[in-house]
Amino acid sequence: MSRTHVTCTINGDQVDFLTSDDTSLLDALRVELGLTGAKEGCGTGDCGACSVLIDGRLNCSCLVFAPEAEGSDIVTVEGIADGDHLHPLQQAFLEGAALQCGVCTPGVLIAAKALLDANPDPTETEIRYALAGNLCRCTGYDKIIRSVQEAAVRLKGAAR
Amino acid sequence: MTVTEDRPAYKWVGTRPIRHDGYEKVIGKARFAADLDLPGQLHAAYLRSPHGHARIVSIDTTTAAGMPGVKAVVTGADFPDLDPADPNFDVSVNVMARSTVLYNGHALAAVAATTRAEAAAAVAAIQVEYELLPVVLTLDESMADGAPLVNENNVTKFVESDGPSNLATVNVLERGDVDAAFPAADLVVEREFDTAYVHQGYIEPHACVVDVGPNGKADVWASSQGHFMVRSLTAAILGWEPSRIKVTPAEIGGGFGGKTTIYLEPVAARLSEMSGRPVKLVMTREEVLRATGPAPASKSRVKIAASNDGELIAIECWFGYAVGCANDFAGLVGAMSVASYKFPNLKLEAIGALTNTPKTAAYRAPSAPQAAFAIESVIDELAQALDMDPIDLRLRNAVEEGDPTAMGMPHPRIGFVECLEALRDSDHYQSPVPDGAARGVATGFWFNIGEQSSATVNLNEDGTATVITGSPDIGGSRASMALMAAEELGIDVYRITPVVADTESVGFTDVTEGSRATFSTGMAVVNACRGLIEELRARAATILGVEQDAVTWIEGSAVADGHDPLPLSAITAKAKSTGGPLTVTGSLNAAGAGPSFAAHCCDLTVDEETGQVAILRYTAVQDAGTAIHPSYVEGQLQGGSVQGIGWALNEEYVFDDEGSLENASFLDYRIPVASDLPMIDTIVVEVPNPAHPYGVRGVGETGIVPPMATIANAVARATSTRMTSLPMSPPRILAALEAS
Repeated sequence: MSRTHVTCTINGDQVDFLTSDDTSLLDALRVELGLTGAKEGCGTGDCGACSVLIDGRLNCSCLVFAPEAEGSDIVTVEGIADGDHLHPLQQAFLEGAALQCGVCTPGVLIAAKALLDANPDPTETEIRYALAGNLCRCTGYDKIIRSVQEAAVRLKGAAR
Repeated sequence: MTVTEDRPAYKWVGTRPIRHDGYEKVIGKARFAADLDLPGQLHAAYLRSPHGHARIVSIDTTTAAGMPGVKAVVTGADFPDLDPADPNFDVSVNVMARSTVLYNGHALAAVAATTRAEAAAAVAAIQVEYELLPVVLTLDESMADGAPLVNENNVTKFVESDGPSNLATVNVLERGDVDAAFPAADLVVEREFDTAYVHQGYIEPHACVVDVGPNGKADVWASSQGHFMVRSLTAAILGWEPSRIKVTPAEIGGGFGGKTTIYLEPVAARLSEMSGRPVKLVMTREEVLRATGPAPASKSRVKIAASNDGELIAIECWFGYAVGCANDFAGLVGAMSVASYKFPNLKLEAIGALTNTPKTAAYRAPSAPQAAFAIESVIDELAQALDMDPIDLRLRNAVEEGDPTAMGMPHPRIGFVECLEALRDSDHYQSPVPDGAARGVATGFWFNIGEQSSATVNLNEDGTATVITGSPDIGGSRASMALMAAEELGIDVYRITPVVADTESVGFTDVTEGSRATFSTGMAVVNACRGLIEELRARAATILGVEQDAVTWIEGSAVADGHDPLPLSAITAKAKSTGGPLTVTGSLNAAGAGPSFAAHCCDLTVDEETGQVAILRYTAVQDAGTAIHPSYVEGQLQGGSVQGIGWALNEEYVFDDEGSLENASFLDYRIPVASDLPMIDTIVVEVPNPAHPYGVRGVGETGIVPPMATIANAVARATSTRMTSLPMSPPRILAALEAS
């Protein structure tokens, strides 16, 4: 089977890998590159557990073929902290108990980051709609929404 | 907000530290079952029945076995046949069909190959000849005279058997004299209800990796609600001694009862044994929905009599649970879960009946939500007829300590009245109902259980502690264990490392069910810590040259008259010279799990043109006994409430006439998303459970019991139409509005 050579940036690092044309970006991240933060909850783009940013846009990596990543800039949950310094979303999620089992958390964090990157001051309704593609079965979303609100406040404070 | 009875002042219990496993989970490093890959690993895939019920005339795997990459193929013939009376018989048959497939999606063969694609291609090449059998999909079909047998190996449990039957269980509970009570009553309301099959909907599909070594021992990595359960069931299905298997718990991506059983591990083990390679087996979402435990569908009739001044006099109920293709105790537990009111006259009959649908599994307070939907709806209708406040009516009749449960035993100390009072006094209930909206109230009860747990606590030379348990951490239990250990030992919670250990590194621990982890495993941790404190006092006495009786343990230090307090770290540093390592194990079969009651309230609107329900405000009140980590207690209440909102409004299995699941995806099986919901307010009531050193009651399950009736009661007040069928999806609401 022929394999495609893909070169892209993942979490700030230049990466290249070989993949087959029917491999999803999610599988390439998890299996070829060992980045297992993104999860497969459905494989059909309905749960958002595999969310990543591709050139700043929120995507379900299970719906993207790995060769489509050629030349793109990808951010996964493993790449949102600044070294040992957690992203304000990650810190707020910890302090706000916004995760229970934690399996949806990587995707939720990425979707929330996509929102706050574009809209630093979202309303509760805007947060709820921005995260509507990320299923969480444990929390009822309450502490997730509150933690995103808290992170938005901290990010604005830091930017000031 | 917390409503608390008088209790000791704790330093750590009741605080909200960041959970110890949180960091790994927010940076994407926590390892769930599907995150593990082993060198040389094969990937496996299943062949699943395309028929709702069929005899397997023949399976030909010859072509499949010769296909590229294929290393092993298994069918039912590769597993020992258990006696139908064996308690693990049904799980064994569900894991791999033998002579008959019992539902659409039932596994009947599996292939291990070097890639998933090769395994899937080989599965497609397996030739099966089926002889189709009649498919029974509903409770009514199952119970009809002359109904075809769903499962020829099923006999009705706990009664004299007269051969195979579709009936799983029958349970009748009675007290007083309902036949005399109903005709004499001022007011009687009787209704029939039905609810659909719903799935637990955990986001992580079932997954495992199994490596059977040349010595015949199996290493299993799996996510579950109890890895000792995985070990014992896997062993039973393979015909092995449990000690041949070591199960290492992966992080679990949600369970809610659905991971209290197994599906994959014996299959992966057999494939690994045959191929000599590690085998990874991961379900797709479609497989999860088609072949893992939904909760039973149900039908019920509820009749309740009241006096004009609001005394509930009599209740007569019939509950039927469609339990899927194999026996289940839903019918037993459903009747037993009627325990909230003092009814002097009571007659409850509950049955379980089999259907050619996936074998049902536990789902948060299993069987109670269906019963509570019906009963709490009728009670609301009584309140409307009596023109009484729905909380007042419930308070007037609420059970307290000493009142009988449905089974007749007296309730222990419980907090039902406190929950109702807290809801009545809440900001939500005291606020006016918004214009155009309506308000509903309902309550819930769940037993909770104790069972076996073990914990080992090691004190390290630097004065830290490692707390090792056998209960997987589903929603913050590591933090709870650490908090209780910190309280006991008197050291900082972050000086404690909570560990969930494999089956060879900690004592036996039962599966996490019945909201038992913080209660029972927590008690094992407390017992181990108390044993350690005795040991620490003895060591301190040696160091200080005093009698042990002269040493007391206060806030992490040994204190003796005439000496400076000796902190824990000073004692652990001298462990070697004072008697060796400081380690104690606690283990128990816990009794006294305190029941947990809940009361919920919601405000909602109904769009009478579309049938859409919008939840505007929701409050969940529940008795936690003592909230060890309040954030994760609130999280249990919120998560249970929202699962209940999904059950109430959207979720249902849709089968075609042949039993094929038509909505086997998260697109079509629609669980609530963030934009469907408001904040879920919580009020944690704390009426301590006297059977636990910190007063803990399990909190995981009761939260899913009240929401369906809470919402139905609000819909009834919004539309003057009582919804008796779940889910209350837009088409059903429109149909009901048109009919009324």
